[in-house]
Order: sequence, then structure tokens, then C-alpha cells
Amino acid sequence: MKWRRALLAGSATVVLGVLGFLAYAYESPIDPVDRPSADSFAPELVEKGRILAAAGDCETCHSAPGRPRFSGGLGLPTPFGVLYTTNITPDPQYGIGRWSKEAFRRAMREGVRRDGAHLYPGFPYTAYKNVTESDIDAIYAYLMTQEPVAMDPPENGIIFPFNYRFFQAGWKLLFFDPAPLTVDPSKSKQWNRGAYLAEGLGHCSACHSPRNLLGAEKQGGDRYTGALVEGWYAPALNGDTGSPLPWSKDELYSYLRTGASPLHGVAAGPMAPVISDGLAQQSDADIEALATYFADLADAPEQVDEQTIVEALQSTRAPSLSELASRGKTLFEAGCIACHYNEPDKAPNILRPELALNTAVTGPNPSTLIQAILNGVNKPHGHPDIFMPGYASSLTDEDIAAIAAYLHETYATPIGAISPAWADLAGTTKALRTENTEKQHRQAEAAQ
Amino acid sequence: MIGFMLNGQKVESKLPPDTPLLWAIRDEFNHTGTKFGCGIGFCGACTVHVDGRAVRSCITTLEMVEGAIVTTIEGLGASGQHPLQKAWINVQAPQCGYCQSGQIMQAAALLVDFPDPTDNDIAHAMNGNLCRCMAYYRIRDAIKLAASEINRSKEA
Repeated sequence: MKWRRALLAGSATVVLGVLGFLAYAYESPIDPVDRPSADSFAPELVEKGRILAAAGDCETCHSAPGRPRFSGGLGLPTPFGVLYTTNITPDPQYGIGRWSKEAFRRAMREGVRRDGAHLYPGFPYTAYKNVTESDIDAIYAYLMTQEPVAMDPPENGIIFPFNYRFFQAGWKLLFFDPAPLTVDPSKSKQWNRGAYLAEGLGHCSACHSPRNLLGAEKQGGDRYTGALVEGWYAPALNGDTGSPLPWSKDELYSYLRTGASPLHGVAAGPMAPVISDGLAQQSDADIEALATYFADLADAPEQVDEQTIVEALQSTRAPSLSELASRGKTLFEAGCIACHYNEPDKAPNILRPELALNTAVTGPNPSTLIQAILNGVNKPHGHPDIFMPGYASSLTDEDIAAIAAYLHETYATPIGAISPAWADLAGTTKALRTENTEKQHRQAEAAQ
Repeated sequence: MIGFMLNGQKVESKLPPDTPLLWAIRDEFNHTGTKFGCGIGFCGACTVHVDGRAVRSCITTLEMVEGAIVTTIEGLGASGQHPLQKAWINVQAPQCGYCQSGQIMQAAALLVDFPDPTDNDIAHAMNGNLCRCMAYYRIRDAIKLAASEINRSKEA
């Protein structure tokens, strides 16, 4: 009975394999502790933790409109369903109040919950693994001294089989290297500080790198090549923005410090709180370090002189090729140019955002431009002095498509060059409107 | 309740947060100098300043201006003595007048960015402010007159 033996051997292998995987996937729970009292942490440590938590954008994801800060409930749409951020207040039942320092460190660097369950990589432990123990401990001190909130986030909507958390161990096996970032001795101290911030708490690549089918950030040459996130396009940080003029290090600094680059655009959408809530708390030296790191990554010049800027601007505005773009020109001149106009022989005024070099206009994906037209660029996030109302209720999908086509194909295109036309702009606009409405509904639900 | 500064006064609107700023200004706070034109941000009649920048109030919602400084034509210059308002009277710019408060607010923002505007600068920055009486040439003259007065008073 050969086949029976083969079957037996086969099933034994499967059973062993499953047991082996379960053993591999198993992480032991860490014993709960009594919530450490707020005064058991030194005020300086708590203050350090506050700044570091801001650098990690903890509050941005672990808060949702209508809910107390750090109580979670923000819905993150993923290809595998909606993931709701958790309550990280020190509430003993709903939050992390009974987590020891060790449990918190393990969650941050290995993506494992106190009870041993695996966390989804929607929580960027893939970057936080690079954060030093002393920085993590400061964040722990800060979170443990916050107001506890007895509130649960809504139930996750993750689809089968990903709703079984132990499968995340397989994901980690495939895509997660727990070894932290090491210092690159060939680079400056400032560069290494920038790398530490960007690849650690900043988790910049979580948005700016594309992901594979299983939601892992692509590595190697695909790193920092830009990605679509929540209906906004996080542009490439490797220098490949399509702009007629590259980002310079000075501009990166200005953007990261104030939320606006005079040439390449303002922080809006998911990037706006990164600037105004997170980076705003960091020192000038740390912002400089980040600019140094990303300037090197993109092979960017230190700065660009006014003459070069004016020449680049004057070389743009290729003649209109499509009917859509011609209609967009009419709309742009009637509705947009009153603010988006600069003297042609001078470097642009930061408060009159120049669109001819703008990363949202020149890039490969129209989503950010369309979102800015739909929603505007709003207070209180982003650059404090830049404000634009949204045109969602005044312009049709076709109107917005026409304006986007005009800007991309003509306005921001050097004379003699051809920018590959953006496909199906009206359809994209329609889809983004739906996505925005769904997001509002999700938020309204989580707030209840 | 959404609070903001309106012409130097602290105000709190009881209207829903997605209400256009224009309706709070006109109907709730009775500053009726700002006019309703197209309602889609494409004619300029409702232009006001939000933190000093010219903004179409018909498509700006209340929640967008929380804590901001809003200035309308009533708050531009004490008793109508802003150089633009004087220049407007001097060159007799308006005809029917409906678009003029928006024109003046847009022009005031223009002069901050372009203290010595060329015809081209004026044409571009004022392009979104429509005037059905076709008073455009007189509007341009008035802007230039006001610019020269502002520059003269700065030198003095």
C-alpha cells in the first residue's frame, strides 16, 4: 500500500510544518504590570518623550476626529481591509496601562503585542526597530503620563486569512529583518542623524516607498520611488519627481521646517500633520539633518540660484496639445491664477504657490493635485499662512480633469518636451471623491 | 461654534461648520458689503481676506477659518480711507458697483504682493474678478493710482 504510506508521510509533513510554524509564530505574553504612576517618570524624560513621540507621528495615527488624543480609532484602509489604530493611552483595560517597559520595547521593535499577538505592519515597527532603547523608553514615559481614555477602537475589518494574527509571523519571516540600522562611517555625523530620524521614528518610507502585493515596502532601487497613500501621492524622494528643476537641500529644509517649498509645493493631505504636529517639535539641527539625508539620497544640489529658477520657469508652458488641456487653461485663468500667479522674471512668492515646478503637478500620478483642488489646502495643518478653499462642490469631475490636464501637459512642461498625459483624470477624480466620502463616514463612525 | 476675528472683532458663528463663510459674514454678522455672485468661486464678488490673503468666501467653509483673521470691505480702511478706496472714487471706477468690494479686496492683496504692479501683473491677479459693466480699464487705473500713493507715503 504504497500510496497510503505516501499519504501518511505527506500528512505528517504538513502537520509538522503547521506545528513548526505555530511554534515559530508563538510569542510569549509579557506579564501585565500595575500602571506606573505618572510621577515615577522624571519630567525631563517625559518631555524628551513628547518630542520623540511627535517625531514618530504617534498622535497622527492613534487619534481620530471626535476622539481624545491617543485613544486610536483612525481607520487605515489597506488592500486587506480597514485597520483601526489602537488606544495607546495608559488605560489599564483599553489602552497600554498594564504594559511594562519591556512589552512596549518589544511592540516598537518587533511588532508584538503585550499578550504575544503579532501586530500588523500598518504599525511601522519595521522602521521603529531602528529607534534606540533610550528613545523608546522616553516615549514610554511620555505615553504613560497621558490621560487614560476608556475607549475601544472599532473592530478591524481585515479579511480572511489575514485576520489571523499568527500568519503575521510568516510575513515577518519573508519581509522583516529585525537588525537595526547601523552608522555609516563613510557619511557625516549629520547625515547619520538624518538617517536615524528618517528610517526610525520618522518612518518616511512607510508612505514614500511603494509596497508589494503583501503590503511590504519594496527594497533596493524601488525604495523611495513614491507611492499612492490614502488617495494622495507621496512623491519620490530619490530625486525622480519629474520637475524641470530638482529639489535642493535648502528647499528640503524649508519644506520640512515650514511646510512649504517656494518652488515645489506645500504640505497637504497626510503630509500636513507630519510637518505641523511632528516636525514642528523637532530642533532646527534635526530638520537640517533630515534635509542632508534626503538631499544626498536624491543627489540634490545645495541650493538653486534665482537666475536658474527664472530660466526654468520661463522654459515651461509648452503649447497646449489636447482639447481637455485647452479647456483647463480657460478654467485655470478664471479660477486659479488670481492666487497662482508670479512675476515671470523673479523667483516665486511662497504665498502664491508656483505650479510650474510643483511636484504634485509634474509627478507621475495626479491624485495629490486633484485632492488639493477638491479639498483645498487647509488650516490648521501644513504651512500656517497658506490657505486654499476646496472646489469639490463648485467644479465637476470633468472641470477638475481639464485643469489637471492643462497644468500637467502644458503649464509645467518645458517647451519642446512632452509630459506623458495622465490617464482617465475624470474617473480618478470621481474615485477620489468616493474615497473621501468613505473616509468621512469611517471617521464619523469611529467618533461615536 | 466656530470662532474667528471679523474686522477686528472676535465673533462666534452658530452656523454649521460646512456653511460658506460668506453667509456668516452677511446674514449672521450683517456685514453686507461682501456680495454673492456665482457661488462657485469663479467671479470674485465675494472676495475677503483670510489672514491677509484674498479668498473667495462663497466656497470657504467656516471650519476652514477657525481662529483666522477675516477682513471684509468694511474692515479694510477706517471710514473708507484706504488708498484703494480713495483711488476708486478719484477715477470713478465703479459703474453698477456690485463687484467692487470684491475687486478692491483682491486689489488690496495684489498690492501687498506686487507693490509696483505691471499691467500684466494686474491682468493676471485680477483675472478672476469679473465686472459685467466692463469697468476693467478704470479698475486698472485705480490700482495704479493707489499703488503710487502707497509707495509715496512709504518714501515720505
